[in-house]
Amino acid sequence: MNTESNVLRESGVDSETVATASLSHTQPFYWSVRREVWENRWIYVGQLAIAAVCLFGFLINITRWLARMHGLATTNPMKHWETVALPYAVVAGVMMGTLILMSLFYSADALYSERRDRSILFWKSLPVSDLTTVLAKASIPLVILPLFTIAITLATHLIMLLLSSIVLPANGVSLASWWNELSILQMWGLLTYHILTAHALWPFPAYCWVLLVSGWARRAPLLWAALPVVAIAALEKLVLHTSHFAAVVGTRLIGGGAPTDFTAGEMFPFGPMTHITPGRFLGAPGLWIGFAVAAVFLTAAVRLRRYRDPV
Amino acid sequence: MSVIEARGLRKAFSTTVALDGIDLRVEEGHILGLIGPNGAGKTTTLNAILGLTPYRGELKVLGRDPWNQRDELMREVCFIADVAVLPRWMRVSQALEYMVGVHARFDRRKAEGFLAKTAIAHHRKVRELSKGMVVQLHLALVMAIDAKLLVLDEPTLGLDILFRKQFYDSLLNDYFDGSRTIIVTTHQVEEVQQVLTDLMFINHGRIVLSCSMEEFEARYAEVMVKPEHLAAARALKPIYERQVLGRCILLFDHVARHQLAALGEVRTPNIADLFVAVMGNPRGPAQGAAR
Repeated sequence: MNTESNVLRESGVDSETVATASLSHTQPFYWSVRREVWENRWIYVGQLAIAAVCLFGFLINITRWLARMHGLATTNPMKHWETVALPYAVVAGVMMGTLILMSLFYSADALYSERRDRSILFWKSLPVSDLTTVLAKASIPLVILPLFTIAITLATHLIMLLLSSIVLPANGVSLASWWNELSILQMWGLLTYHILTAHALWPFPAYCWVLLVSGWARRAPLLWAALPVVAIAALEKLVLHTSHFAAVVGTRLIGGGAPTDFTAGEMFPFGPMTHITPGRFLGAPGLWIGFAVAAVFLTAAVRLRRYRDPV
Repeated sequence: MSVIEARGLRKAFSTTVALDGIDLRVEEGHILGLIGPNGAGKTTTLNAILGLTPYRGELKVLGRDPWNQRDELMREVCFIADVAVLPRWMRVSQALEYMVGVHARFDRRKAEGFLAKTAIAHHRKVRELSKGMVVQLHLALVMAIDAKLLVLDEPTLGLDILFRKQFYDSLLNDYFDGSRTIIVTTHQVEEVQQVLTDLMFINHGRIVLSCSMEEFEARYAEVMVKPEHLAAARALKPIYERQVLGRCILLFDHVARHQLAALGEVRTPNIADLFVAVMGNPRGPAQGAAR
């Protein structure tokens, strides 16, 4: 009798441990992120296409750039870097603009398309919580897309470096001095820092807002996301004759105004004269206020995903 | 412990009452057919059970509160909510990988075994599959989950008869083992009659009839009455009368079979015929049936 119940208890414990062990093998968050990348292949295919266009542009403008490189000796040494690095800076700028657009379009689609095609009924039939799903979707503009942009931009730069080091010596420009002026590693460091701060962390609340609206709208989520922003900006202009709100939203979106301490007026903020100040960035109240706002938006988005029926 | 236990389940949308006090109890190992006209409240009932919609009243599924514990519940419950809810961009291989990644009770080998019996190739995308194949794929994924409760909401809608037959065959042969519980709603009532262990009619958010299939067979009888016995048959108060090819077919509730045998050929009615009788007749057997 006793032994029997002991055996029963033991086997119960055993199956319990087995169950927990096998449960811990699942990684709902990781797989939720993977499925976003599977579903939205355009977030990297699109960037690769833009990068290809950039390379093409570099090739057809290479003679003009060579001519400027030849005239380098006669210009102000302070301006040297601009000439030397111009094609690289332009490519990085284009890629960042692409990143902003992609983050916006991704966020507007994230919680909308699964309701539109009713696949939400499949996702909800699985043991993945709404919180996990919403966080996975938010991680795309916060982490995944910026990392893709950094990787693709650096790869594009590498190809351009390769091409430059063939073309420049062939046209009588000294490779060593060009390399010295370019300081590519510093540029890459600044580029990475700039994308992560000004184009991922700083605009995060804006993307979370769009994500929230995408979980609510019955159609045209991007339009619905823009509408209240435009309305508030217009109201402020009419009533108070100021445009602070529009300025705040604008700087959040294009990453301007982020206290990353780039020299004012610098168009491509990763020249050798730029100094980064992570301490100042992390200490900026604006960053943390933005995160608090983002948390509110995400909480609301989780709730919406629970309540909202398919479109 | 019952798999599902509901008391006074209510749900109102802005203009309509979808569930008007549903009491429900489903025991382990049963296959319950939830039958009702469009808008009767079938899908709302299932959505409440699955934690997809908030409700009033008491509801426990496997001892859990579905609305607040949906993701935990889904470790032991699976459902096919509708045909064609599998994401169209997904590849079959991705679906398998994903299921392994998020579902502890998913057995990939089992799913691959089911798929091997179909013409579905692993590199195909869902959007490239026919409607019937999508349902086969979904069923293969769901049957490979070691779940306690399977909920099927119109799983075969729009499929041809071969696929429908296959669907219920594989459900019974490859999945149902007596300890699992299945709830199914469908309009193709005739096809599930042999599959069900329990039957429930629902209309206007209320349960109109609830019985086991044994009860159903014992209680209801259909008689093709010979013309000369028509008056005698009508005296036994049939709950429904219809004419087929000039012959009168009367449906009786709680009338002894030997009594009926004298009137004509007696047989067990189709669920569909009983459905028409009950739904078309508001004073019908409801009082007796809906305890």
